[in-house]
Amino acid sequence: MSPAPRPALLIGCAAGFSGDRTDAAGPVVSTLIARLAAGPAGQRAFLIFETLAERTLALAQLRRRVDPEAGYEPLLDAMLRPVLRRCLQHGIRIVGNFGAANPEAAARHVLRLARELGLQAPRVAVVHGDDARGTAAMALLEGEIGGRVNTQAVVSANAYIGAEPIAAALDAGADVVVCGRVADPSLAVGPAMSHFGWAANDWQRLGRATMVGHLLECGTQVTGGYFADPGYKDVPGLANLGYPIAEIDAEGRCTIGKADGTGGYVTEQTVKEQLLYEVHDPAAYLTPDVTADISDATVRQVGPDRVALEGVTGHARTSHYKVNVCHEGGWLAEGEISYAGPRAEARARLAAEVLRQRLPRLQLRADLIGVSSIFGDDGGQLLSAQAAGDGRDVRLRVAAAHANRAEAEKLLHEVTALYTCGPAGGGGVRTTITSRLNTVSCLLPRDVVPTGFSFVTEAA
Amino acid sequence: MTAPRTVPLYRLAHGRTGDKGDRSNISVIAWHPALWPLLVDQLTPEVVAQQFAHRRPSAVQRFLLPRLCAMNFVLDGVLDGGVNDALNLDTHGKALSFLLMELQVQVPEALMPHLAGPPGG
Repeated sequence: MSPAPRPALLIGCAAGFSGDRTDAAGPVVSTLIARLAAGPAGQRAFLIFETLAERTLALAQLRRRVDPEAGYEPLLDAMLRPVLRRCLQHGIRIVGNFGAANPEAAARHVLRLARELGLQAPRVAVVHGDDARGTAAMALLEGEIGGRVNTQAVVSANAYIGAEPIAAALDAGADVVVCGRVADPSLAVGPAMSHFGWAANDWQRLGRATMVGHLLECGTQVTGGYFADPGYKDVPGLANLGYPIAEIDAEGRCTIGKADGTGGYVTEQTVKEQLLYEVHDPAAYLTPDVTADISDATVRQVGPDRVALEGVTGHARTSHYKVNVCHEGGWLAEGEISYAGPRAEARARLAAEVLRQRLPRLQLRADLIGVSSIFGDDGGQLLSAQAAGDGRDVRLRVAAAHANRAEAEKLLHEVTALYTCGPAGGGGVRTTITSRLNTVSCLLPRDVVPTGFSFVTEAA
Repeated sequence: MTAPRTVPLYRLAHGRTGDKGDRSNISVIAWHPALWPLLVDQLTPEVVAQQFAHRRPSAVQRFLLPRLCAMNFVLDGVLDGGVNDALNLDTHGKALSFLLMELQVQVPEALMPHLAGPPGG
């Protein structure tokens, strides 16, 4: 007789991006503690934080250049401080990619925080291998991106690595696992692999767990955040959204819910939107762990704020890692000025024309906020196809990018000069110039990106 | 038999935009299973490409998920370079699902009760 399957694993998510609400984790942890107390023996819970968007890591790398002890998630302290004690007391282990460009420093911060809180030092592991600027990988990278990027201007090059080093760190007893660039769903796949003892080629279960991670990875985007549309999708308690909690069984099937006593909701609609978010071919959602397949997936409301995801499967993973290379990308100049009242739109359009004539060598993008500023294209095709209307409250916004800062700054001077030299009644000029980071993506064979983990024992 | 009514897509479906690099994906999810065949018939890749013509997509693909009554559009080259390169305000193209939701769809009278939102909304 085979042993009874292990009870469902609970995974709560308390951040969906760098800059997410820092009061998110409290209700998630309270709910996890309550469910562990009421649940079967042997039930376990994890708390995950996803804080790395496509460009976040390069910005972190720039901070680390200035301060060698920086470069991890700036809100790490605010996110963990309210819950670290309760997590450690109740055996809720933490996995996050809040290490960003400096996972070791983030780990030291966690240890320092524990010391400040008077806690016994947790076992903090750091996952490494994602930074692809090492010699072997960089030589290959230069071949991949050489034609597209000045490799001297590379700020960061990181591979999206997978769940295996996370699972290994947990198997070795980590209370907290700090990652840099790992694929977002791997933050949930790692705990599930470790807890259920799945093999790294158990494609079906890894595919299912990957989609659980995908539902969790954007925080409240599955619990009513990013969903509300008055009259069509009325979300209760939008100001106090609950962050999601998934229950994964030993087969990788899941039910998605949220923290108790919070706003938002979990419905078939919220789950469907998040299931397809940032997916391309639904039969081949590629991660470093698996090729997940949701082409036959179903979602079903099984209770209030409880939706079951079924029918997910998985296929063998690809032989390569995706690598994001961020490089210095020159300067972005933006200027804005407002026109209001009769013929405001005509005056704003005239101002844009003045800028074009004054700056023939800059490729300008012009938007008329209040008329057309979002759906339009850089070339202005949509805006010029739209007959001048009678917009009475219009803000002209003009943008240009240039490799040379002085060239980009010319736009700022010209927008400012519209005060006295432009059409009547222009006001409220604001100008900004920001340095840019551009990214290119490419693929590297797995064997040139060795991954692993180590424990950090010294607090910062 | 009465002629079909013309209504905006948002009364038949909801959706969300995602982005990776210069590629946008837009989901379209039927409010009711009875509306799904209309979406399959009328929301073709050609119609969607036309709606985004000013952004000059290099390719528009459509993936169907009938068990979810949902479809996924993948539009290449519509983000002016993507989140780091674009000059526009919404560099992720987060609003683009609403550009798609403005499309006009023909709905037979018998299916009108399944539409969402206020009539004419």
